[in-house]
Amino acid sequence: MTDPENIIIVKDLVKSFGSFTANDHLTFSVRRGEIFGFLGANGAGKTTTIKILCGLSYPTSGELSVAGFDIYTQREKVKRNIGYMSQRFSLYDDLTVFENIRFYGGIYGLSRKEIDARSKSLMERLGFENSRNKLIRDIPLGWKQKLAFSVAILHNPKIVFLDEPTGGVDPITRRQFWDMIYEAAHRGITVFVTTHYMDEAEYCDRVSIMVDGRIAAMDTPDNLKLQFGAPSMNDVFIKLARG
Amino acid sequence: MKTILYIIQKEFLQVFRNKSMLPIIFVVPIVQLVILVNAATFEMKHIRISVVDLDLSGTSRKLTSKFQGSPFYQVQSTSFSYREAEDEMKQGKVDMILQIPAGFEKRLVKESHAKVQFVVNAINGQTAGLVNAYSTMILFDYNRELVMENANPAQMAGLRNIQTDYSYWYNPKLNYKTYMVPGILVLLITIIGLLLSGMNIVREKEIGTIEQINVTPIKKIQFIAGKLIPFWIIGLFELAFGLTVGKLLFNIPMEGSLGLIFMSASVYLFVILSFGLLISTITNTQQQAMLVSFFFMVVFILMSGLFTAIESMPEWAQNLDRLNPVMYFIKIMRMVLLKGSTFADISHHFWSLVIYAVVIISIAIRRYRKVA
Repeated sequence: MTDPENIIIVKDLVKSFGSFTANDHLTFSVRRGEIFGFLGANGAGKTTTIKILCGLSYPTSGELSVAGFDIYTQREKVKRNIGYMSQRFSLYDDLTVFENIRFYGGIYGLSRKEIDARSKSLMERLGFENSRNKLIRDIPLGWKQKLAFSVAILHNPKIVFLDEPTGGVDPITRRQFWDMIYEAAHRGITVFVTTHYMDEAEYCDRVSIMVDGRIAAMDTPDNLKLQFGAPSMNDVFIKLARG
Repeated sequence: MKTILYIIQKEFLQVFRNKSMLPIIFVVPIVQLVILVNAATFEMKHIRISVVDLDLSGTSRKLTSKFQGSPFYQVQSTSFSYREAEDEMKQGKVDMILQIPAGFEKRLVKESHAKVQFVVNAINGQTAGLVNAYSTMILFDYNRELVMENANPAQMAGLRNIQTDYSYWYNPKLNYKTYMVPGILVLLITIIGLLLSGMNIVREKEIGTIEQINVTPIKKIQFIAGKLIPFWIIGLFELAFGLTVGKLLFNIPMEGSLGLIFMSASVYLFVILSFGLLISTITNTQQQAMLVSFFFMVVFILMSGLFTAIESMPEWAQNLDRLNPVMYFIKIMRMVLLKGSTFADISHHFWSLVIYAVVIISIAIRRYRKVA
């Protein structure tokens, strides 16, 4: 299922937990290099989809290809080509900034040299030079999130999945965070991001809006606003979510 | 291989950064050894007896003094009423009543046999058995003396006499400390190993970092090896430390080869750590992991032969005990340290541990899932 244009292809994805269907016949694709916003209310099934695409959870049925690899048979190859930043904070509190970078770099198989070089440039970019040996538990949440994102793309994946990366972060840090997302996209990394903040939806190249396990709408933010006759993504979302 | 090293490095950093870890590794063993070894003893000293001497003859007094003269007994009280003595036993003031009936001496001389009564508090059956055995021995001894005194030399010549002499092998002074130390050391590395390994992976589940690891291409076996090796090293270190403390504080014998001890310990720790890993795959929080670990630990330890003799368990329990890894290792430790057993002597226990290790780690690896 290699496709020159689409990096993620999902056909008829179903995921059910007992009688509850979290993902009800989803079909969509994500283009190479775009920032794809995956929106939906709480409990709409976004995290379920992300976990399946990352290989953390088995789909009930459907065809899925991520980074050109089949999610059923080439799981480890998929994992080599993706980065993931979960809703829950994913760095080790009792390790320093550098130790976290070294650990994740190490298990992705980067060499010692690469780890040193990348962590150096990463800390320069984030302005963390003086915090290299600080424990994660001692740095502010906004910094942690920026660091977690940088660690998620440390191994230069083709796609990065961000599950509500800006939850609980102040507006200024959120803005900086989105600058980092743009920068990653500029380097050719496809970004798959879920969010609750509708202003963030405006920053995406394309968005899909999930309601009750189904995709209710999918297009560019401008087209969606036009289609629903709404002045902002916020209004589009409210119209859809209310049904 | 390099990946495993990165995990090991991370685990060691976390272990030593945890402020409660160093005391657990260095202070707890000393405290446990000092307290448990001195407290958990089966030695029978100071058995308190109450003597009810209704005969008040030379013979009965001599019998009483036999008990008084033994280092194991302490005559707590003497009275002329059995009831009184019984009350004392009910109050827990005495462990045994020795009742000598009136006419004891007369009967002994006239009819050449007489009776005395031992009443032993048997709430603890094991102790009661020992008390009974000791008392019978004293009585038997006294009996022989009487026979010798009263028999004329001509008769003596025809009397065959078997004398019993005792010599205790492997622990000539019957020192319980040397018996307890090897067992307590096993307890120690079991607790450290099982709790640390079980809690560690569950902690990653709790804080959510396990997901971050599961999205990486890391292989299951690499992750598990990286997680187990640090605790394996800590466990072996702990054993070495405990043996040193045991040697210095209690001068425990080390008859056999230390190499054999550490070879067996390597396998044993592998069993315990795999067990911890298995527990961590079936639990979601540290609390659950702790409870499950404790459940197994209590059963394993109580059935390990540390405090009670396995040979005196019912047969079904002895069969069940074949599933108890602690039992094998305590046996190995005692055999090698106290008796100087060689590999050939312990091979049955050793291979049992090896089989155990293979089975448990296979189940644990199967149960550990990167994908939910």
